Amino acid sequence: MPAKLILSMDGAVLKEYPLNKERTTIGRKPHNDIVIDNLAVSSDHAAIVTILNDSFLEDLDSTNGLAVNGTPTKKHFLQNNDVIEIGKYKLKYLNDQPTQTSAADFEKTMVLRAPVKMSPKEGFAKSPLDVTVTRKTEATAQFNATNSGMVAEASAGQPPAAVVQILNGPNAGKELELVKNLTTLGKPGVQVAVLARRPHGFFITHVEGGSFPTVNGSSIGEQPHQLRDHDLIELAGVKMEFYFKT
Amino acid sequence: MDIHDALEIVSKTDPGMVRSHNEDSVTYDADLGLVVLADGMGGYNAGEVASGIAVSVLSSEVRHRLQDAHPEDLDGAGEELGVVLLRDNVKKANLSIFRAAQSQPQYAGMGTTIVTALFYDDRVAVVHVGDSRMYRLRGDEFESVTRDHSLLQEQIDSGMISKEDARLSKNKNLVTRAVGIDADVDPELHVHEVQVGDIYLLCSDGLNDMVEDEDIGTTLQMLQNNLPLAATQLIQLANDNGGRDNVSVILVKVKGRYTAPRGWWQKLYSWFGN
Repeated sequence: MPAKLILSMDGAVLKEYPLNKERTTIGRKPHNDIVIDNLAVSSDHAAIVTILNDSFLEDLDSTNGLAVNGTPTKKHFLQNNDVIEIGKYKLKYLNDQPTQTSAADFEKTMVLRAPVKMSPKEGFAKSPLDVTVTRKTEATAQFNATNSGMVAEASAGQPPAAVVQILNGPNAGKELELVKNLTTLGKPGVQVAVLARRPHGFFITHVEGGSFPTVNGSSIGEQPHQLRDHDLIELAGVKMEFYFKT
Repeated sequence: MDIHDALEIVSKTDPGMVRSHNEDSVTYDADLGLVVLADGMGGYNAGEVASGIAVSVLSSEVRHRLQDAHPEDLDGAGEELGVVLLRDNVKKANLSIFRAAQSQPQYAGMGTTIVTALFYDDRVAVVHVGDSRMYRLRGDEFESVTRDHSLLQEQIDSGMISKEDARLSKNKNLVTRAVGIDADVDPELHVHEVQVGDIYLLCSDGLNDMVEDEDIGTTLQMLQNNLPLAATQLIQLANDNGGRDNVSVILVKVKGRYTAPRGWWQKLYSWFGN
């Protein structure tokens, strides 16, 4: 579905315009795509350039200018539900295409056969896009309930806050809050381990050094080891306790 | 230093959390200093076929030609063989994929992105087509070495959209160039100086679409002394963030200089040395 603009004045909807052209013009003169016959509107007031699913609003040096969501602007990258104001008129921009970062079919890469020529000086592309697409996969259909459940869980944010407290040596008593995705422990060149914060918990993994860290007295080897509340970690002679903050 | 000793290379590829099969292909040859990563597209298994052809053409052809020649040798037109090999074989892969797609209906329209690099003479030659990337970590600085052939990148370049606004775009994942889609392809080629300590990351968009550049850079910096773990960690990050696409990474760490022998006596010496 193409994006559209809904023209209204004083809350009353006047007309709906699909943005199915590469360039949609707004102005008082009848040759515009969206004609607003009002003296506060310049004869050629503004234009909207649409490239596939993105639309860009541009003021064409109008006398009274325009605003988006209350802020005067010359050029604006339109987002769903933006309200363009021209005088007393409002144009609401609706684009219910999901932003790719949240869409389930996010990963479909496609090929644009004719590269779009865009030169900033000439303004925007004039010729219609010749878009021939190759889907990166048909596997999208397999985005089934089980999988989406998994993803929801996987991206369900962070585990509870946790801390590593040093138990011996000169830094005894010091606490290290595990607020980053990765935290390294130890001395570079001697022995280093990394604590990874993942959605389902914290994991310690050996990075470098001749010996492996121990958890509760046993060596963790090469593999990541999930930490439990009050586990005792030892590496490079330093003893530490891992615990969740409550 | 011999290229094999000067570089440490690891690669890892994963289908991700959503897809049932992996359409990425990766390979490397530590004796040549060659790395290849391709991200295929097309229905059924055509994506895997396309990326597989690209990777095998590149690795076998380059290996074959370098059996009795050096990448720093100049050809008749004064171009280095290393550069010529990468560019010509991306074109060759393009034609193979294009022909396969034309002759087999189930492969119609298949294609692949590619990023491939050859390390020689203290430099790296990089060729890419599409949105597979190469990044470099040098000291604290982590940056992209390649620029995507994508609609979004063109919009950024033409000033229509700012880098910050780019993540709001609904036009992601539209590549403007791909291997195997047309009879000809225009590979982009650059040669960069390499420094000891540099780490190069080649990846498919399954990584950089799911993980912010900053997080990729931090991970590499923290785990640079354990490349296999760094590769595993990057894939884990992409999967923990949703893993919506196949994820592939190749990491190359420059441990020493690998200057090509100049002059006949050095060549003779290195010949005896082998």
